[in-house]
Amino acid sequence: MTLRDRVEKCLLGDIVEITECQGDLFVEVERNRIVACLEKLKETEGLEFDFLSDVVGVDNSALYEKAKKAKKKKKKDEEEEEAEPVKEEPTPPRFEVIYLLLSLKSNERLAVKIRVPEEDPVVDTVTTIWRAADWPEREVYDMFGIKFRGHHNLKRLLMWDGFGSYPLRKDYPLEGKGEERHFDYCD
Amino acid sequence: MGLQAYTGPGWLLTKAEQLINWGRSRSPWPLPYGTACCGIEMMAALAASYDMARFGAERPSFSPRQADVLIEAGTITKKMVPVLRRIYDQMAEPKWVIAMGACACTGGVFRTYSTQQGISEVIPVDIYIPGCPPRPEGLLYGLLRLMDKIQKDHPLWKHRQEVVEALGAES
Repeated sequence: MTLRDRVEKCLLGDIVEITECQGDLFVEVERNRIVACLEKLKETEGLEFDFLSDVVGVDNSALYEKAKKAKKKKKKDEEEEEAEPVKEEPTPPRFEVIYLLLSLKSNERLAVKIRVPEEDPVVDTVTTIWRAADWPEREVYDMFGIKFRGHHNLKRLLMWDGFGSYPLRKDYPLEGKGEERHFDYCD
Repeated sequence: MGLQAYTGPGWLLTKAEQLINWGRSRSPWPLPYGTACCGIEMMAALAASYDMARFGAERPSFSPRQADVLIEAGTITKKMVPVLRRIYDQMAEPKWVIAMGACACTGGVFRTYSTQQGISEVIPVDIYIPGCPPRPEGLLYGLLRLMDKIQKDHPLWKHRQEVVEALGAES
């Protein structure tokens, strides 16, 4: 049985999308089912993804913006030939959180993906399953502002306390918004 | 006689200054503050084949209290700025700063939200050494230039000005 079949069998109805890219398997699941899914992937015989390599965040807003513009342009070109009513498609949620798993028994890798909307950027923590998720989740919080519900110490990891922005969001300027770290014992 | 040295023609003062400058310029004990790849070049300059001790930088002083020259070798992030400032403040006078490498001078290629664009915005810098990273020869050249600078200093004349002003205010 291939890895894809085993993962499909394990997660059954929770899978939103399953894709294979460059030999790596990507599974997208519902946001509120992430803890249950990862627990299943860890415990199920034959899969046993017992090692969490990393947790990463993605901001797709620029990508969606670009796709939207290209589509509009295409529609405009088409309209010159034949009139067609413009249909607005809802854009997918802005953020993604990707969990990179590794099975130390079978040396197989799996990426589990969830989508997180901008209005409600809250995800359940997986530090209850892997303690290793502690710092990666703090980094995702620091860089994207995605909060992890239940995390025992959700503070900024890289930037200093009181930084106030989320620098890996696509609408954040590269050179910053003039944040400086203040120190009070001298001028 | 001491007072005469301050108010008189200053022959003794000049000779004393030359002696002080000679001593200071030939023992610039460095405080290595390596934060990036420049730190590796600095270590090479301190180690046997380049041997910075030849010029009096005899021992790298890892305590700011016993150091004369702060060699800032590497990128300074904004998070690191208070630490650098505190280290500089802890050094006893007289003190000098060498900014080694493009990052310490201007921020280098890291023109981003997290990087300090040159340490001169935070602490006064005496010598800038460009390069990414500069070779150990570059650091040695910078150190020699700093020694020239120290020899042109007037440690007592600065003080004399203060004394003259104080005497003038009294009389």
